[in-house]
Amino acid sequence: MENEPAFFETSPTPGVVGKPLNRVDGRDKVMGKAKYSAEYPLPGLVYGVLKTSDIAKGRVQSIDTSLAMKEPGVVQILTHLNLPKLAKTPNDPEGKKAIGAPMGFLPMTSDVIHYAGQPVALVVADTFERATQAAALVRVNYAAEAPIAAYTDKRARLFNPEKIQDGKQDGYTRRGDAQAALASAPIKLTATYTHAINHHNPMEPGATTAIWEAPDRVTVYESTQGVTRTQKALAAYLGLPQDQVRVITKFLGGGFGCKGSCWPHTVLTVQAAKAVGRPVKLVLSRKQQFTSMGHREDQTQTLTLGASKEGKLLALIHEKTSTTSPWDNYAEANSKIINLLYDSPTFESHYELGRANVMTSTFTRAPGEAPGSFAIECSMDDLAYQLGIDPIEIRLRNYAEKDPSTGQPWSSKSLRQCYARGAELFGWSKRNPKAGATRNGRLLVGYGMATASYPVHNSQGTARVRLYADGHAVVQAGATDLGTGTYTVMTQVAADSLGLAPDKIRFELGDTKLPTAPNSGGSVAAGTVSSSVYMAAQDVWERLTKVAIKDPKSPLFQAKAEDVTAENGRLQLKKDAAKGEHFMALMKRAGMDDIEGSGQGKYGAGYETGRPSNPAGPQNNTESEAKHSMHSFGAHFCEVQVDPDLGTVRVTRWVSVHGAGRILNAKTARSQIIGGSIFGIGAALMEATARDPHYARYTNADLGDYHIPVNADIPDMTVEFIDEHDPYINAMGVKGIGEISMVGVTAAVANAVFHATGKRVRDLPITPDKILSTKSV
Amino acid sequence: MNNFSYLQTSQAKDATAAVAGTKGAAFIAGGTTVLDLMKLNVENHSQLVDINMVPFKGIEQTADGLRIGALERMSDVGEHPLVVQNYPVISQALLLAASPQLRNMASIGGNLLQRTRCGYFRDVAFPCNKRNPGSGCPAQEGENRNLAILGGSKACIATHPGDLGVALAALDAVLLLENAKGKQRRVPLVDFHVVPGNTPQRETVLEPGELIVSVTVPAAAHARKSKYLKVRDRASYAFALASAAVGLDVQSGQIRSARVALGGVGTKPWRSVAAEKILTGAPATEATFRAAAAAALRDAQPREQNRFKVELAQNTLVRALLELSAA
Ligand SMILES: Cc1cc2nc3c(=O)[nH]c(=O)nc-3n(C[C@H](O)[C@H](O)[C@H](O)COP(=O)(O)OP(=O)(O)OC[C@H]3O[C@@H](n4cnc5c(N)ncnc54)[C@H](O)[C@@H]3O)c2cc1C
Ligand code: SF4
Repeated sequence: MENEPAFFETSPTPGVVGKPLNRVDGRDKVMGKAKYSAEYPLPGLVYGVLKTSDIAKGRVQSIDTSLAMKEPGVVQILTHLNLPKLAKTPNDPEGKKAIGAPMGFLPMTSDVIHYAGQPVALVVADTFERATQAAALVRVNYAAEAPIAAYTDKRARLFNPEKIQDGKQDGYTRRGDAQAALASAPIKLTATYTHAINHHNPMEPGATTAIWEAPDRVTVYESTQGVTRTQKALAAYLGLPQDQVRVITKFLGGGFGCKGSCWPHTVLTVQAAKAVGRPVKLVLSRKQQFTSMGHREDQTQTLTLGASKEGKLLALIHEKTSTTSPWDNYAEANSKIINLLYDSPTFESHYELGRANVMTSTFTRAPGEAPGSFAIECSMDDLAYQLGIDPIEIRLRNYAEKDPSTGQPWSSKSLRQCYARGAELFGWSKRNPKAGATRNGRLLVGYGMATASYPVHNSQGTARVRLYADGHAVVQAGATDLGTGTYTVMTQVAADSLGLAPDKIRFELGDTKLPTAPNSGGSVAAGTVSSSVYMAAQDVWERLTKVAIKDPKSPLFQAKAEDVTAENGRLQLKKDAAKGEHFMALMKRAGMDDIEGSGQGKYGAGYETGRPSNPAGPQNNTESEAKHSMHSFGAHFCEVQVDPDLGTVRVTRWVSVHGAGRILNAKTARSQIIGGSIFGIGAALMEATARDPHYARYTNADLGDYHIPVNADIPDMTVEFIDEHDPYINAMGVKGIGEISMVGVTAAVANAVFHATGKRVRDLPITPDKILSTKSV
Repeated sequence: MNNFSYLQTSQAKDATAAVAGTKGAAFIAGGTTVLDLMKLNVENHSQLVDINMVPFKGIEQTADGLRIGALERMSDVGEHPLVVQNYPVISQALLLAASPQLRNMASIGGNLLQRTRCGYFRDVAFPCNKRNPGSGCPAQEGENRNLAILGGSKACIATHPGDLGVALAALDAVLLLENAKGKQRRVPLVDFHVVPGNTPQRETVLEPGELIVSVTVPAAAHARKSKYLKVRDRASYAFALASAAVGLDVQSGQIRSARVALGGVGTKPWRSVAAEKILTGAPATEATFRAAAAAALRDAQPREQNRFKVELAQNTLVRALLELSAA
């Protein structure tokens, strides 16, 4: 980091970064010109439709496709009997690793059924309707066995995994002697929290369009949060060199984590295209979406606090039990945030898993941090009430001045300001400290708050800038715009880095032909890609400086390169701004049409240590080598009004204040925080996928019965950011905001419900039945 | 969804003849139920007979009361001044249902014939007595949070999910039906839907090919002073966990006549004569309302996940009566 220029120093003049620029792709989206992955009308395109398993456990005894094959327009029906062979599958650990698969099982590679909704056949026909009809006519005979639906089933085998998430996280963590500290703590609190199954349900379902350009070369238009990760996965599946697989994602209709990996339907579609020798498009139905791209697992957490009478934490012990699939030890790592949010001298965490007939769960917005914060932030609230201390005050008494889990100092932390500003905006001081004591007619009014935090995951990526002598630029990085504004913010960064107006920049993304960017997941995209773009621009300036100092006609002739700086498109002397010229003049005189530069952006620990790591994912171990612990922090404030007789809870006011480094675009950032908060309000009050306990099959897999918030559920929301300058995290000083926006939200709502009613509902979502059946304390 | 043929006609007799005479044929009005279920393969009609051109229209005050053509749209009826002023419970039930897009398509006749949201019914991979008689009812021991506590049987506890039927049940509405022979008959709404018993596949008394022509609602003081209260998991666009349609005629604090029906809790729109008996002649007080609510739910048979509905339905009814009597 010492040798790298930083945006703060090189772009001191106010530009467009940070301004509430409208989305540069907004018009195309409104006009229907933005093409999503299922919207490429390739010549000869045929349509794939999945047939999925009725049963959750057993075997396919026989498949009769004869009736379906007779339907007009049917081209091919793939089953486990005729699926073209793959070079690797995730069915063994080595294959899973090579592919980077989210699940250690690929359907249709044998007759075995492990979960309801598992693909058993893929029908290809000349229209979507005919493929759908034919899929209904495929007759599958199953030898069914009794499935296990969840870890709560008495027959489920519970075990303590040594590692979770393919070895990336420990199944047991211990810092100090939490048990001893608890034993001698004057205050002890234990509470158990449960979280329903949640599905991401992006507006755009999973979608793949695959076209084999040559027998050993395939192009895939894919609805993914990372073209490179999908490219690597498919290359491993197919046994092709990575550059023979091209993945394109120009627009994405949301992902929330479910599009962070390459799931079975993608490779099955690629194989179908191979089998029929024509491009094949497959779009998951909404119902299939519930069993194709993972979910947030059903889970129980028990959190035990030991504290002094003054409310100072002495011990934290966290246990989590959750459902996982027959093959993988996946669990959201809830304990991480609990380990670092407050200054507790001791900590212990255990994970326990129960195998069931479900697909593997996966990262869902703020994986781990969201449910983990529910437990710790509700328990801190309980502690505050028990001791008669204000909920903000109890948090300040336990304020972590450095990262308790590692001992590292924070790279930046504006949490105190977030509490103070949030409280002021919300009117926290008007709160009656007594629960159940504030009324609005028949309704009970409650105020709740919670802390948010999310790590700056180590990541890196590259970008390319081509600057033209006529004053415009094309900027490229193989990043993804989840719909949240990557196109827009990168245009802003490029504009300021190059001294051009935003309308002179074209930013291109979403293609493995472009320089590699990380997956848009773990909130790494904004920080990494913006740094890459900025560094690529610096590369252009360096190259042009070399030209200028050798050009006798340039005012910078024979200047020292290190004395030259770029500002507003001008190369000039640092000490004498008048001495210099605009790049257009320089390039014209030199007869240059354009000039290209590229740059690598590092985000997080890799930036500080100078030692980057795996660009395809946020998980790594460089973090412990960095001097600083890097996190965003924030606070949510919530007012609810609860009808005590009808059990309905309405969120009536909302304030979120975050310290998340440099904000690239005030408007898209605000939208991110609003979106994440609404996501959390959904999880808090209504989102729950119901899995039948006997059939291990979902009973509400549609958006009529799986409730997400509608407009009427959401009040006007106030969002602010604390001005934060963090020089340690990346060249731009940017932290991500996609995930932190949802952390702490469920707790803020639950805490408000408690304040309103005196009822502590620890079982999400907080639906009317739970308000009615929970007793006040 | 299977392939099907499509017939459009403006003549009721052609429509009824086509559906009565063709195996697997069904009417389509707004299509928001029938197409949904066909896409799920829950219904597999060989032919759809489009009745949208059949002139079963009109929202008007007649000597008998309010007459609504079966092909009027939910939104048009819900917003009609006559309905808003003289039959507010009907207007509110309609406007609190579904979404604006659905209400703009969905018809009055179709609404009364919508089918349960029971998750087992809507997924053909499950057994379900209603969809596949004799196959079993996994809801009894399974996901039954949104299912009925009144009118269920060992064979089926599916809720009638609609709102309009509840308001119409309260107000003594009568349906005019017409069969393939052109013969018309009148059936009170409360007798139109039937409880599941041992034949949950049979939901109404409608004969094959018979059409709903119109709905008539008698004018009454308890219709003018009426209210629909709906409790659900989110603020809008969700089916009722419990709802109450109530009408009251109160003179100097005494209830002269009362109408009560419950939604979200019954296997059919659930009129409660027991509650009405307690209300009629009694003072319009919370104590009376509580007693009426207890009577309305006396026969409730909750399952594991829907036990809360016993209390919720009572509270919903009490609240509706309190708000109505205070208005
Ligand atoms: C997501 C969603 C949410 C919903 N939420 C609600 C809600 O909150 N409250 C609520 O009340 N409803 C709700 N509905 C149901 C909706 O109101 C019904 O689908 C709609 O009213 C059906 O009317 P339609 O005209 O579209 O019927 P269609 O789908 O056209 O027909 C339904 C059935 O009735 C038959 N039919 C139609 N008209 C006649 C007639 N005149 N005579 C004889 N048979 C006829 C058809 O053959 C078919 O069997 C919801 C629906 C959806 C999809
Ligand atoms: S309750 Fe009725 S509709 Fe639901 S599964 Fe049982 S029989 Fe089928």
